[in-house]
Amino acid sequence: MPEDRPLTGNMRPDGEALDRAAYERVGGYKGLRKALGGMTPAAVIDEVKASNLRGRGGAGFSTGLKWSFVPATAPHPRYVVANGDEMEPGTFKDRLLVERDPHQLVEGMILAGYATGSDTGYIFLRGEYKLGARRVARALAEAYEAGYLGKDILHSGYSFEIHLHLSAGRYMCGEETGMLNALEGKRANPRAKPPFPPVSGLFGMPTTINNVETLCNVPHIIRNGAAWFQGLSRSKDGGTKLYGASGKVKRPGLWELPMGTTIREILEEHAGGMRDGVRFRGLLPGGASTDFLVEEHLDTPMDFSEVQKAGSRMGTGTMIILDDQTCPVGMVSNLEHFFAQESCGWCTPCWSGLGWVERILKGMEEGRGQPGDLEKLAFQTRFWAPGHTFCALAPGAAEPLQSALKYFRAEFEQHINEKRCPWK
Amino acid sequence: MLTPEERAEIEAEFPHYPNRKAVCIDAMKIVQKHRGWLSDDALKDIGELLGMSVADLDGVATFYNLLFRRPVGRHVIYLCDSVSCWIMDGERQCSHLKERLGVEAGETTADGRFTLLPVVCLGACDRAPVMMIDDDTHFDLTPERIDQILERYP
Ligand code: FES
Repeated sequence: MPEDRPLTGNMRPDGEALDRAAYERVGGYKGLRKALGGMTPAAVIDEVKASNLRGRGGAGFSTGLKWSFVPATAPHPRYVVANGDEMEPGTFKDRLLVERDPHQLVEGMILAGYATGSDTGYIFLRGEYKLGARRVARALAEAYEAGYLGKDILHSGYSFEIHLHLSAGRYMCGEETGMLNALEGKRANPRAKPPFPPVSGLFGMPTTINNVETLCNVPHIIRNGAAWFQGLSRSKDGGTKLYGASGKVKRPGLWELPMGTTIREILEEHAGGMRDGVRFRGLLPGGASTDFLVEEHLDTPMDFSEVQKAGSRMGTGTMIILDDQTCPVGMVSNLEHFFAQESCGWCTPCWSGLGWVERILKGMEEGRGQPGDLEKLAFQTRFWAPGHTFCALAPGAAEPLQSALKYFRAEFEQHINEKRCPWK
Repeated sequence: MLTPEERAEIEAEFPHYPNRKAVCIDAMKIVQKHRGWLSDDALKDIGELLGMSVADLDGVATFYNLLFRRPVGRHVIYLCDSVSCWIMDGERQCSHLKERLGVEAGETTADGRFTLLPVVCLGACDRAPVMMIDDDTHFDLTPERIDQILERYP
């Protein structure tokens, strides 16, 4: 297998999914055999901890550490949930993983289940991912048939079930406690923490939630070892990363590259640079809820700590590129409209503040900007800070806005002073 | 009354969850698949099987973007209105669709053929602008391509 691209190197060029036989031919389910054949759950957790695998959903929390939060004496049933909601605007990485190599996800989940002593897994998949849903369902059926799922897996005494749940659609479902409520058949409002899901999660039982890309890495770590995984990376965070670029670049797309590849390399070598006739202005490194970065940050390695040092977050690692022919105020207005629409209405800074900000920005775009608007916007971003809200939606909404106010302040002022959008 | 088919499909979900209430989102999706949308009667039918009131189900249904409490057309157009599609001229595709179909976002054409719904990022941003019609995703939209694609949905 292309050793440097474990997640995608084996995918079929014709766009079809690897079936079980094809997945096994490239080493599939060997990690599971190895774990069930002689590793204790604690040893699996230690290996994942040592690999420096950090959560690929955006928060970047250590996966091994997360798994260790389920107390050894915790009651059963325990659950594992794969977060495949992928509703973060500008993000298109988990779609590829579920459509093209669903067994990789299934194996990762069984390993997560074994490590945390869990009984049941749910794959929470975006409802719009119809092709992915069909392929995951087929992979699950094949895995049951082969004895990788169900009772007494590979005669190890360990039993684990996986069910597929297709979302009915709402950004809040991607927030982990919102997702648990959705799986319980409720509105996907966030829950107060503590208690945290490893103690009291789905149906009040211990629950471990990981992003799809995170789980897909696990079979490779167990099969090839933590040192190998760390060696794939150019940074302290282990492994490869699915990086993407969308916007007016020559070749928008998705690439599996060493963790820590610089923004410039992704943008220039892989995405082919900007389209003819447009110039780079800035980017959101990993989805709608990350702060803008600009020219001076292009040599930043894309990993969790370095992007944070530059003042943003790597988030999902799929970059959205802003060019000089696109209005930065319009872009932020589009983003805040999204957050306002998807807010669940649970806490005041979010439901009230987001709607207000959406109206101010729309007004600016339509030539109704007022002196004082920028102060109001800045005030709101502070009002949405972590700690003021139940979940990360409003703090996430603050990120592109607060950074746009910093880097594109002149353009905001121009909208207000000229009473029009200069790009229209 | 649930049809035998609807009932069987919902009951097939029961073993996947520890209680019936948790099945309600799947159940509503199943009934919507057969009936196009979720009327009060549909919720009543589902509620009887799951032991839930219409109000409970309505509370859940109204939270989710893909559960419809009003009738929709034979085909539903889900047009991405999120950021990457917006950068790639998504608004032009939206105005083209509105003009071509003679509807505003959220409305159904007079002949009941199409409902136009803006949706959140469809996870195909490298091929923006993007829309789904029913179960199919269509990429790299232009007004000309949209016209050709619509022909395929009588
Ligand atoms: S922004 Fe339209 S598909 Fe992602």
